Formats: sequence, structure tokens, C-alpha cells
Amino acid sequence: MTFPMYVSPEQLMKDRADYARKGIARGRSVVVLSHATGIAFVAQNSSATLHKISEIYDRIAFAAVGKYNEFENLRVAGIRYADLRGYSYDRSDVTARGLANAYAQTLGTIFTQESKPYEVEMAVAQVGWEAGSDQIFRLTYDGSVTDERGFVAMGGASEALTTALRERWEPDLALGEVLCLAVDLLGDEPGGESQQLGADRLEVAVLDRRRPRRTFRRLRGPLLDALLDAEHPTLDVPTEDEARPGLHDTLTGEDAAVEHAAERGDAAEGHEATNPQTQRAPHTSDGE
Amino acid sequence: MSGRPEPQLPTSFRTAGSSSFSEFLGAHAAYLLPGGGVRWGEGTVEVPHGTTIVALTFAGGAILAGDRRATMGSYIANRDMEKVFAADEYSAVGIAGSAGVAIEMVKLFQVELEHYEKIEGTLLSLEGKANRLASMIRGNLGNAMRGLSVLPLFVGFDLAGGVGRIFSYDLTGGCYEERSHHSVGSGSLFARGALKKLWHPDMPESQAVDVALEVLYDAADDDSATGGPDLGRQLWPTCAVVSTAGVAFVDDGALEERARELVAARRNNPGGAR
Repeated sequence: MTFPMYVSPEQLMKDRADYARKGIARGRSVVVLSHATGIAFVAQNSSATLHKISEIYDRIAFAAVGKYNEFENLRVAGIRYADLRGYSYDRSDVTARGLANAYAQTLGTIFTQESKPYEVEMAVAQVGWEAGSDQIFRLTYDGSVTDERGFVAMGGASEALTTALRERWEPDLALGEVLCLAVDLLGDEPGGESQQLGADRLEVAVLDRRRPRRTFRRLRGPLLDALLDAEHPTLDVPTEDEARPGLHDTLTGEDAAVEHAAERGDAAEGHEATNPQTQRAPHTSDGE
Repeated sequence: MSGRPEPQLPTSFRTAGSSSFSEFLGAHAAYLLPGGGVRWGEGTVEVPHGTTIVALTFAGGAILAGDRRATMGSYIANRDMEKVFAADEYSAVGIAGSAGVAIEMVKLFQVELEHYEKIEGTLLSLEGKANRLASMIRGNLGNAMRGLSVLPLFVGFDLAGGVGRIFSYDLTGGCYEERSHHSVGSGSLFARGALKKLWHPDMPESQAVDVALEVLYDAADDDSATGGPDLGRQLWPTCAVVSTAGVAFVDDGALEERARELVAARRNNPGGAR
């Protein structure tokens, strides 16, 4: 008869924590910063489709670093949690605190009970009606949760970033200023040479406290370029959505009508309906 | 979930695959589905019913309008109920039938569309939205057999084709596309007659709003369950315009002006002969 080798609980937890930390340290960093008109999320991410930042609910958003499949799993769970809560109570009853608690319990259980801990670190932020009432929660792989004031930095270089942010961040900076600060800090991660990150390698989003209902907007295109340019007079995002037809979760500051018209043409071209009742019908404005 | 807060996210929250909120709700908390989790007795119950909804296309989109009355038998249960709702940025849904079930269904449909948007990061196609609504109506068939039927009229702007489109339904979830115009509810027969005479292809938006109001006036004229414009209480039909700019509700000021003109025009000409 063989006995399993005895491993002390301390050693077991330490091994798991080391494993998770190593995984997270490989990832690129994400910072979340409160500013005068909302909360900004900045991630180093060259993919335009695999997001590290996401809308959860009206005034709540999520940012994560680590393994994509694991935090994507938690992102979807968070949206389900928020939508279910909003559906069964009311939209105003969905809070970041409740979601952060649920995430913390989930991560804690996975850390102790599953064969491998999740290699993720996340932030859940809720934008308040004024800067003082913003809530930012930071969650780590083992389920510990902290309530942060003003900013959070996550990922491999989080400690260096946090130290730098403590010196340079102040409440009530303009959006353009906090974005420049974030890009500055993300550009010189320790171990690598200092570099200027362009808009194409960044994923940027805001929760805009001045908006009603859904406050989350991604920032791209000329608008983001202008915000990242310290010389440029643009310091904030417009509170009106762009007029182009389609999903309005992104602000680009460009006249995208032309581009979209082309897109529309393509979609109409290969249009195949699932509903047998509509398969033979013409659906374009330019006649039969 | 509704009773006490969950200590952690249940495993079903982390199951990969579905972007549909109603599917998730069915698997995780079926008692929250419209009409779900209730043990039904025999027979039927008397509940408020919403009545007439009309939809018509115009040059730049489509219009969905409904009266404001809910009835319970011959009794007016509600005078200022809303029956036309924005489902998302580019579509609107109007509902005739049992008011309570209908409201729950619209609530679920709105969350369904927003949930998909957030998880997928893109809009559902107009046909996709129409088909989701069809499956919700099919799910309500059991209720419908007990007398709690709900019949929606769905109108949306098709971004792919650049046109406004109208979808009608039957109780078993059949989804049909309507050319030009349609109406549902107790006053729909009278509304349909009026629509046939008043609707023209490619009308401008303002004329289409006038037609929608006049059609509802005709429905209220002959159907006791449909409410006409209420000058005393200042209640006007709900009128949603779906176009390339999204869903917009015609504001009360404009509705009042048009309704007053309409009532004045019908003086000594109750049938609106022209």
C-alpha cells in the first residue's frame, strides 16, 4: 500500500499561488483610473476583437489580465449575474460590490478546490455620480478583494505601476491627462526598453458619469489619437453618440458613415434568412 | 437567486456557449420566465387585456403605434397603459393580449437583446431579433391555451437593407413578414380597413404618423376596448418611429396637436369620408 506524500497546507497554497502569479506576470498590464468625468480603462492589447475590458452593466465595467479563456469565462458569468439581478429586481439594484463579492467567492473556491487556480487578476469598477463615489475593486487569483481609491494597476508590472501612479495620479484630472499618464507608464515596463505605445496597440474604454443608463464606451480612431496627444486640445469624450447607424458602444470621432455604407452593401449581398417566411423577400431600399 | 444572495457564481453562470439570456434563464431560474413557476388551476382568469397596435412602413423606416387602454371584460382597467416599447436601439415591439404576461415578455426581450450585445460585442440582425421573439411567443403557448395569450407586433430598422420592416406572429410562434402595414388586437379589424384606405407607399414620416393616429381613431370608434385620444386627460396614443436614426417616440406636444386636428376634422364627418 502506498501513501500519498504529505504536503502541508501552507506549502500547497504557496505552490498554487506561485503558479498563478507566474501566469499573471507573463501578461501585459492594465490600468484603471478614476478621472473628473468618469473611470478610464487602459490595456496594452494589440487585438481589436479579443477584449480585456468589457461592459458589465449600466455603470459597471470589468478589466482583466491573465489567461484569456479564464477571464472571458468570468466576464460572461458577470454579465449573466448583472442581467439576472437587474431583471429580477431593478436596474438600479445591480452594484459592483455585489458582483465583486460573487467574483471573490468564485475565485476563492476555484483556488482551493479545483486542480489548478485561475491565472487571472481583475478589476470591477462602478462609476458614481461624482468622482468621490466611484468604486473600484481589485480581485486576485485567490479570491482576495480590495477596495481601491482612485486607481488600480494589474499584471506583470503592477507593483512598479502602482508606485508610479501613487506619485503622479491626482483626483479630478481630465480624461486626456489620465490617458497620457497611463500610456506613459504602460510604455516603460521594467525589463523592457521604454517605448511610446500607439493607439493601435491599446484598448481604451471609459465609463462616463455624465451619461444616463449605459455609460460604457470604447474609444478608437481619431478621437483616441487626439486624447493621447498631450498637445491636442481634446481632453474629453463627447457625451453624444455618433450618428452612424450600428452599435453605439464605440466613439471614434470620425465620420464613419461612408465606411458603414460599404459594410451594409456587403451584408445585403449575401443575405440568407433562417426564417422560411422571409427567404424569398427583397429587403433593400432600392426596389425589388 | 431572488430570495437570498448567492455566495458565489453558480457553475451554470460559467457554462460556455450561449449568448441568450432567455436560454440561460430557462436553465438557471426557470421560475423567472414569463408565466413560469406558477401552478395553474383549471379554468381561466380575468386579467387586463391590451388592445390595438398598428404598424406601417414609410419612406425612411416604419411606425409602430398603440392606444392606451387596457380592459377587463367591459371594465376599463387602465387608461394610460403603455403597449409600445423600444426593444433596443433599432427596434420596437407592441403587444396585444394579457397585459401582465405581455409586460414580462417585453422586459425579457429587452434584456435578451442587450445581453447579446454585451456578450458578443455586436448587434443581433433584425431577423435574429424577430426569431428570438418568435421562440418566446412559442414558449407562451401553454398560457395562451389558458386564455393568457400575448400577440406582439415587431418593427425594426434593417441596417443591412436600409429599410423599416414589420413582423407579425401567431400564438404558436410563427413569424411572418408584413409588407406595408399590419394591425393586431381587438380593434385590428377596423384598423386594418382604415389602413388599407389611408396607407400609401413611400409616405413621408409626418404623414405616416398622421395615418397611424387616424387608424387608431377609427379602431376606437368601433371597438369599445380600444381607447381614442382622451382630450380631457390629455392622453394620446404611443407612437414609435423606427428609422436609420434608431427608435424615437413622437413627443406628447406633437401628438396632442395632431390628435386635436384629427378630432376637429371628424366633426360632422364621423367616418372621415373624403
